[in-house]
Amino acid sequence: MWLLAGTAFVIAAAVIALVVGPKPPSGATTEIPRWGAVLEALDRITPFGIDTGLTETQQSIVGNLRLPRVVFGLLVGASLAASGSTYQGIFRNPLASPYLLGIAAGGGLGATIAFVNDWGDGAGVFDGVQLGAFAGSLLAVGLTWAVGATGGSDRSTTALILAGIAVTSFFTAFQTFLQQRNADDIRQVYTWVLGGLNTSGWTEVLQLLPVALVLLPVLALAGRALDIMAVGEEEAVMLGLPVTQVRLVLIVVASLLTAASVAVSGLIGFVGLIIPHVVRLLFGASFRVIAPLSILFGAGFLVLCDLAARTLLPPAEIPIGVVTAFFGAPFFVFILRTTGRS
Amino acid sequence: MKTRLLVCLVALLALIAASCGGSDETVEASTDATDEQPAVSASADDDANDAMDDDVMDDDADVMDDDAMDDDADAMDDDADSMRIVSMSPTSTEVLFAIGAGDMVVAVDRFSYFPAEAPVTDLDAFSPNVEAIAGFEPDVVISSAPIEGLDAIGIENIVAPAATNLDDIYAQIEQLGALTGNLGEASELVLQMQTDIDAAIDAIPERDEPITYYHELDNTLYSVTSGTFIGYVYDLFGLVNVADPADPDGESFGYPQLNEEFIITADPDIIFLADTLCCEQNAETVAARPGWDQMQAVQNGNVVELNDDVVSRWGPRIVDFIVAVGDAVNEFETVPAS
Repeated sequence: MWLLAGTAFVIAAAVIALVVGPKPPSGATTEIPRWGAVLEALDRITPFGIDTGLTETQQSIVGNLRLPRVVFGLLVGASLAASGSTYQGIFRNPLASPYLLGIAAGGGLGATIAFVNDWGDGAGVFDGVQLGAFAGSLLAVGLTWAVGATGGSDRSTTALILAGIAVTSFFTAFQTFLQQRNADDIRQVYTWVLGGLNTSGWTEVLQLLPVALVLLPVLALAGRALDIMAVGEEEAVMLGLPVTQVRLVLIVVASLLTAASVAVSGLIGFVGLIIPHVVRLLFGASFRVIAPLSILFGAGFLVLCDLAARTLLPPAEIPIGVVTAFFGAPFFVFILRTTGRS
Repeated sequence: MKTRLLVCLVALLALIAASCGGSDETVEASTDATDEQPAVSASADDDANDAMDDDVMDDDADVMDDDAMDDDADAMDDDADSMRIVSMSPTSTEVLFAIGAGDMVVAVDRFSYFPAEAPVTDLDAFSPNVEAIAGFEPDVVISSAPIEGLDAIGIENIVAPAATNLDDIYAQIEQLGALTGNLGEASELVLQMQTDIDAAIDAIPERDEPITYYHELDNTLYSVTSGTFIGYVYDLFGLVNVADPADPDGESFGYPQLNEEFIITADPDIIFLADTLCCEQNAETVAARPGWDQMQAVQNGNVVELNDDVVSRWGPRIVDFIVAVGDAVNEFETVPAS
């Protein structure tokens, strides 16, 4: 039942985002017909040749701009929300987000270094900023993991969280220093940090898709382990769960997925923190439900936020992170209050 | 555990090295530019060290008391020959050299790399270090925003803020001319600029239907509205900005980030790229963007590559920008849209 609800939400969000564009310029061509946009999208993703009745420009807009952007939003939203729910389960901490272990700061530093050194346009499949952000993210998590161990032989979750805070502060300080030293790159860094789902065709989608296809199912199926771990570490060990190993694997998978998302879309906050809570409040506290549903709701939520980002203030765009927080926070409070009463 | 920590630290060091490598390059670049006038900056440093205690204070105090307070203009004319200027504004640096006052300039900020003979230093206008500026013993510091603290140590700070129209530019040039005693050259420069700009505008034939344009600041599609100085330049030619709906009342929000779908649908007649340096954009990269090949400006070759610096500064080279816009408009006239 809940799986059906989640799927319906994703499809509805994707279709709405496909058919709605920003207000067209005055005197320019008429708006793209809604039905035509859906047909055009179907034409692109299915092998059937469908006559959509759109002009060449309209076809190009739907097929090269809207469709990749929607798919990209689905992937990023799913990845961030899945990582968030996994972190919250592992650390048994409702405030855990995908950026808990320093990924955001590491990615920001890596991207800044790339911008400052003009590694922007790499010749390969990935450009220097993406590689820098990805490497920086993983480095930050690795450092957090290493530092978290120095508090004792065993990595307690508290030690890891504190290590994450320390690493975040350190990397952020370094990034701010670099940014201030290279004021001519400041706008590029600023735009990157705000995050965005602007795509150049299918490039970003194809970059993230393989990673997401492999790692998302792992997190979707991690619910049972997280449920057991929620009881307590010692109890989980007694129940026969190799807690240390499971925790390591899940942290690695969630971190890789987050780092990959950050590398292609910048820092998009709030999704990974709030979506798992919304799902929990709506559908119950079992991670067997929360883990897969977070993926679906994260995907749908981010696509709707991006729709708002590109249509609310035409012809300008609003940074996606502003939208996720601006609409997400009140929505979250609403869910909190209504479900709390019943 | 220890080894893993070590590995992480080594990786971190590598990262730091990479980032510092970048700054080294910029420093090298700037020293290259400075090489031509090493004597100036070196002597300034030495003087600063020698005379840190009494002399500086006395000298400055004298200047303030005797000349500056009584009669600004007089003081400036008298001191003009020996005047030491630090320019923290790339625009003002260009102006000073264009009016023949370049030899008074003892130091400029790190982005003042035009003209090549400007004495580039590490000084950063975004976070100015007053002590470092004072080290060059300037009589006057010119900046685009007030620099706090100069006042306290008796150094005059002349503020030449971003221009909003051509008259602002002319006024600033003449102000710097008066300051340096080069008013004649300054007036000549202004006259020459006015002549060139008028010629560029007069060369444009009348049109019934205005030409539309999109001005790109970077490859994340930041643009300008007509309320900005850049938009004002296009206004001189009667061009219509596709970004203007982002700021209908023209009172705010001058630099919107535009939606890609909107730009393609608006299908402007001419695309101006002011991100050829920052982001290595050109007519080919624009044509390669998904969906952009459908635009008439791309199909008809009306994508104009501009120098980022020339567009964003409000100095003498603004004429180059205006002439480039005029040429693009004429080009558009001779090759009408299909």
